[in-house]
Amino acid sequence: MSETKKVEFEYSQIDSERMRLNVGPQHPSTHGVLRLEVELDGEIVTEVVPHIGYLHRCFEKHAEKMTYPQVIPYIDRMDYISAMNNEWPYVMGIEKLMGIEVPEKVEYIRVIFAELNRIANHQIAIATFGLDAGAFTPFLYLFRDREFILTVFEKASGGRLLYNYYWVGGLAADVHKEFKEDVLSIVKQVRETNKEIADLLIYNKIFIERVANVGILPADVAINYGCSGPVVRGSGLPFDLRKDAPYSIYDRFDFDVVIGHGEVGTVGDCFDRNIVRFHEMEQSCRIIEQAIEQMPMDGDVREKLPKKIRPPKGEIYTKAENPKGELGFYIVSNGTDKPERIKSRGTSFVNLSVLPEISKGYLFADLIMILGSVDIVLGEVDR
Amino acid sequence: MEQQILTLYDWVVKLSSSELIALIVVITLPLVFLIVYALVAILGELKISAFIQERLGPMRTGPWGIIQPVAEVVKLLQKEDITPDAANKPLFNMAPFLMFTAAYAGFAVIPFSSHFVPAGINLGLFYIFAMGSLAVIGLVMGGWASNNKYSLLGALRSVAQIISYEIPAAIVILSIVILASSMNLQVINANQGGWFWNWYVFGGPGTAWKIIIIPITFSMFLLYLIASLAETNRTPFDIPEGESELVAGYHTEYSGMKFAMFFFAEYANMFVVAALLSILFFGGWNSPFGDFMNGPIWGVFWFISKSFFFVFVQIWLRWTLPRLRVDQLMGVSWKVMTPIAFICFFAVGLWTMFN
Repeated sequence: MSETKKVEFEYSQIDSERMRLNVGPQHPSTHGVLRLEVELDGEIVTEVVPHIGYLHRCFEKHAEKMTYPQVIPYIDRMDYISAMNNEWPYVMGIEKLMGIEVPEKVEYIRVIFAELNRIANHQIAIATFGLDAGAFTPFLYLFRDREFILTVFEKASGGRLLYNYYWVGGLAADVHKEFKEDVLSIVKQVRETNKEIADLLIYNKIFIERVANVGILPADVAINYGCSGPVVRGSGLPFDLRKDAPYSIYDRFDFDVVIGHGEVGTVGDCFDRNIVRFHEMEQSCRIIEQAIEQMPMDGDVREKLPKKIRPPKGEIYTKAENPKGELGFYIVSNGTDKPERIKSRGTSFVNLSVLPEISKGYLFADLIMILGSVDIVLGEVDR
Repeated sequence: MEQQILTLYDWVVKLSSSELIALIVVITLPLVFLIVYALVAILGELKISAFIQERLGPMRTGPWGIIQPVAEVVKLLQKEDITPDAANKPLFNMAPFLMFTAAYAGFAVIPFSSHFVPAGINLGLFYIFAMGSLAVIGLVMGGWASNNKYSLLGALRSVAQIISYEIPAAIVILSIVILASSMNLQVINANQGGWFWNWYVFGGPGTAWKIIIIPITFSMFLLYLIASLAETNRTPFDIPEGESELVAGYHTEYSGMKFAMFFFAEYANMFVVAALLSILFFGGWNSPFGDFMNGPIWGVFWFISKSFFFVFVQIWLRWTLPRLRVDQLMGVSWKVMTPIAFICFFAVGLWTMFN
């Protein structure tokens, strides 16, 4: 199967007019309020210009007027699909600035919740990717499963989408009593559904036809554009911050970094980016199982902290492996309870920049698939 | 079929002693059936998709939501009927009705029972096919007149698609015409009388030697099933209205009752191709079990249940499969289906010659 050649379309020799098409901001498949200015030759895409900013909320400027803990809810709203993961690098940065060591239990809960949220994010990514291809049913199967994860989040934090759960020096609240059983049942359910999804969507012949050899992103281009997460791993580079720059307690777990192998087409096509997400869900399940086993159930989830959080003067860059890639926060502290400056490296923003490069010369229907395979959240692109 | 059978038309003439009333009855019956069928099919679509996706579907309107389709039609009737400023108004307003007319015209030759066919013309198959092609004009009119780039793309795609898929479908139908040596749908139905092994999907009536032809006729059935999906713009061939790419394709700009007309036309087309499948391959109004439950009234039951089964298959596929891409769709038609259809055509021709 791997010898399938790249789909190539020749530009027509006839003198014809090119059509400029506005895709979005109100379009079912731009995953939010992204506007793509597309130039089409018939159905072939000759140029793509993404226009962003429809969801800009001045996060970085807002953060300068807030105290450190008040920034956390704003961070939730960046990549609202995986809010738990977003909060982590930020609180980690402040903890490092202040020299706080969080309790063992907190680390475990943070890992479990981050991995659960990674599963939830990948479920949405695969679901909407399938929806772009016209497969409606797998979309609802995956959303059904995501609800179970959200229920556990709700029991812990009170929120289903935006949690404000990772606090500086600990967590907002302790987990409930049956936490371990709940999480293990979710893991079981995720594995069961994944088997179904593999048959129904991932290895469906029509779906493979749609995604194989489409939107090929070579590894060097991925590096040049600064891509990270499943986008760069789909191109065959085993770049994962959990392995390469272990933070928190990730060095205690045994898991593999999934990369794309060009199973049905070329390395770095849409199928590879999608399959990386699919297999990463299984790796997250493995991490969760190990963490559940090692996690202590008793103990406090908050470190004793002064009432006002005032990190000492200094600056720090912390990064963590978000479901979508590397999420980084550059925090400058001036010694008061408000940050001098916060700069965030939005993963989706960086990954989106590669879209014009990889979507030229494909059909218009492919452009939608490529956009879906990059998996962006406009909340994080615009911030 | 030249015998003097008492058809519904004759019966009404006898009863009311007026040919006009009989004509009106014969013309309106399919329309009434179409409206009832469309409501049932919409409910079926809602409930079957809900079942597939582990949902409940509509539950609030009536018991188990069974009057939901009525509510939806009423909602569409109340909606504002928007005509875009930049649209070509006459064409824009005409397109949905042309679509619906084309779909409804197909019902004229569909034999519901051995004693009831609205118009028993000898070129029934040919006529149905011609009416199916007329729908393309409605699509292009709607897509072009909307003055919307998405609509235009959708319309162009659907023309390419429907014209391409008519070729394998036409060849398959021609093969059936060879087998039945008639284009009259009533004759084709009557030929398949008796037990279910006389159906054309199983090679038609004949001796045990017809086992040679069964693979051919069965693949003809599959070819026509696939082609009919493409002709009704249903998934996996719903590229003209591919939601994720073209928003809603050729009917992006339509609202209210004009949109409902497109919707009705789609469902009517679904029934026409399902009816053709059941007539050409599954004996139409014939009972599968010889004389058991056979007759003009039972014929209606058999015909409608067979057709509904194929409508169900279309709904089932829609909620299971992803969508093909436009070039792959054309590839499937020209590179795979048309050659196979030709092979079937020749095989059937040879078989009929030596039989």
